[in-house]
Amino acid sequence: MQCPRSTLALLVLLLPLAGCGSGDDESGAQGELTVLAASSLTDVYEELATSFEEENDVDVTFSFGSSTDLAEQAADGAPGDVLSTADSTSMQTAEDADVTGEVVDFATNVMVIVTPAGNPAGIESLDDLKGATWVRCADEVPCGKVAQGVLEDNDITAEPASLEEDVRATLDKVVSGEADAGLVYASDAVAAGDDVETIEIAGAEEQLTTYYTTTLEQSEDAELAQKWTDLLTSEEGGAALTEAGFALP
Amino acid sequence: MRDPLGRPPVVLMVPAFLATLLLVVPLVAMVGATDWAELPDQLRSEPLRQALWLSLTTSTAATFICLVLGLPLAWLLARVEFRGRGGLRAVVTVPLVLPPVVAGIALRTAFGRTGVIGEPLLALTGFAFPFTTAGVVLAHVFVAMPFVVIAMEGALRSADKEYDAAAATLGATRWTTFRRVSVPLALPGILAGLVLGWARSLGEFGATITFNGNYPGVTQTMPNLIYVTRQSDQDAALALSMVMLIVSIGVLLALRDRWLGTP
Repeated sequence: MQCPRSTLALLVLLLPLAGCGSGDDESGAQGELTVLAASSLTDVYEELATSFEEENDVDVTFSFGSSTDLAEQAADGAPGDVLSTADSTSMQTAEDADVTGEVVDFATNVMVIVTPAGNPAGIESLDDLKGATWVRCADEVPCGKVAQGVLEDNDITAEPASLEEDVRATLDKVVSGEADAGLVYASDAVAAGDDVETIEIAGAEEQLTTYYTTTLEQSEDAELAQKWTDLLTSEEGGAALTEAGFALP
Repeated sequence: MRDPLGRPPVVLMVPAFLATLLLVVPLVAMVGATDWAELPDQLRSEPLRQALWLSLTTSTAATFICLVLGLPLAWLLARVEFRGRGGLRAVVTVPLVLPPVVAGIALRTAFGRTGVIGEPLLALTGFAFPFTTAGVVLAHVFVAMPFVVIAMEGALRSADKEYDAAAATLGATRWTTFRRVSVPLALPGILAGLVLGWARSLGEFGATITFNGNYPGVTQTMPNLIYVTRQSDQDAALALSMVMLIVSIGVLLALRDRWLGTP
């Protein structure tokens, strides 16, 4: 550093630019809708946002994460218009904090087995998990509770190699080939495309995961927030959800 | 008592005070938010004891490996002139700036079951690092080594090279000089580096969970356990964090008094 003073001056000059870089893309949109949603909804929500933005002349921004985290943030008053969770427990957290409007169930998801492309370990059903390197979600997270239920229903006692922190981490272990098989939601299997092979589990619909959505009290535009719920329950929304591997309630 | 150098200037005291606040307030807040009644229950739980034991053993193993491999590397960087030394030093520091998840992905690409080294290793020996305790140690070494090497290199540098030269004039080989002169002179810095590496390793989370997953007794270290527990029970997670905090501080204090000799 030859001249710290001028370096400092340069930094000061550049700072406002850094602020401008994000956010405004000068689309001239009228409003903004902020959606807090479970990570498994990522792909389908982003797709739905495109038409929503055009129709309502708004920008849609997402915060994807674990349902538990997002519900807690919403309960703490985090800015947002819509909250969509992958279970009823976390939605209850938000309801208990009185930050929710009407709660609507709009989609369901079912557990499937995925294997890396080519299925190197030759997994055909839950029974083949014994002796294989396989993964599922940890008991503490919603997808782990569902997986536990499915395994119990089928009297499977095989132990996994790892209990992953969320369903995308589980999928990631399979896509990367580190695990021979994993238990994930049907929608995750669809999202992974050709990287995985999907095997349906008989009777898995006994352990259905239901997705809930609501408008948030802290929303500055409740009418716009309601339109997102309306989109989810519309024919267009239903088609997008089904396409993405979800089922409708 | 009056300091002969004068009073400490306010320009330095204010930021120093703010720095202390910034570091201490979150920890005090966490202590305050902990449900202490939960603690005895947690201490009796099997997952906690497994995770704590695994964390302590893997961090210690990783620190030992960092010493055996890292000290020679630090010596090389501090004492030997060669082309590309600057480049090598830069490479050593890269893991410092990698987000831990990226470190996990990098490890997987190298040592995973389909990795550059992992695949032939699996074919030859039937062993693969992911989902094993050895994999946890490997991840810890990867993230802790840069801290250890940089701290040790600094310590070796500050021990004057003239002493090495004096030893050489007395007929000592470089190996003898390394053992009898360089290392003893830099010892406090070397130990500090090891403690730093151990602490980094104990807190390691992202690379471990990405590369090795999470299974009680095998790959579930304390940070992993705290993370998954937090998904369902905040209070239990806080109590676990407190256990980890107390154990880490206890070990660091014990080492400080015993080895480092700092007041």
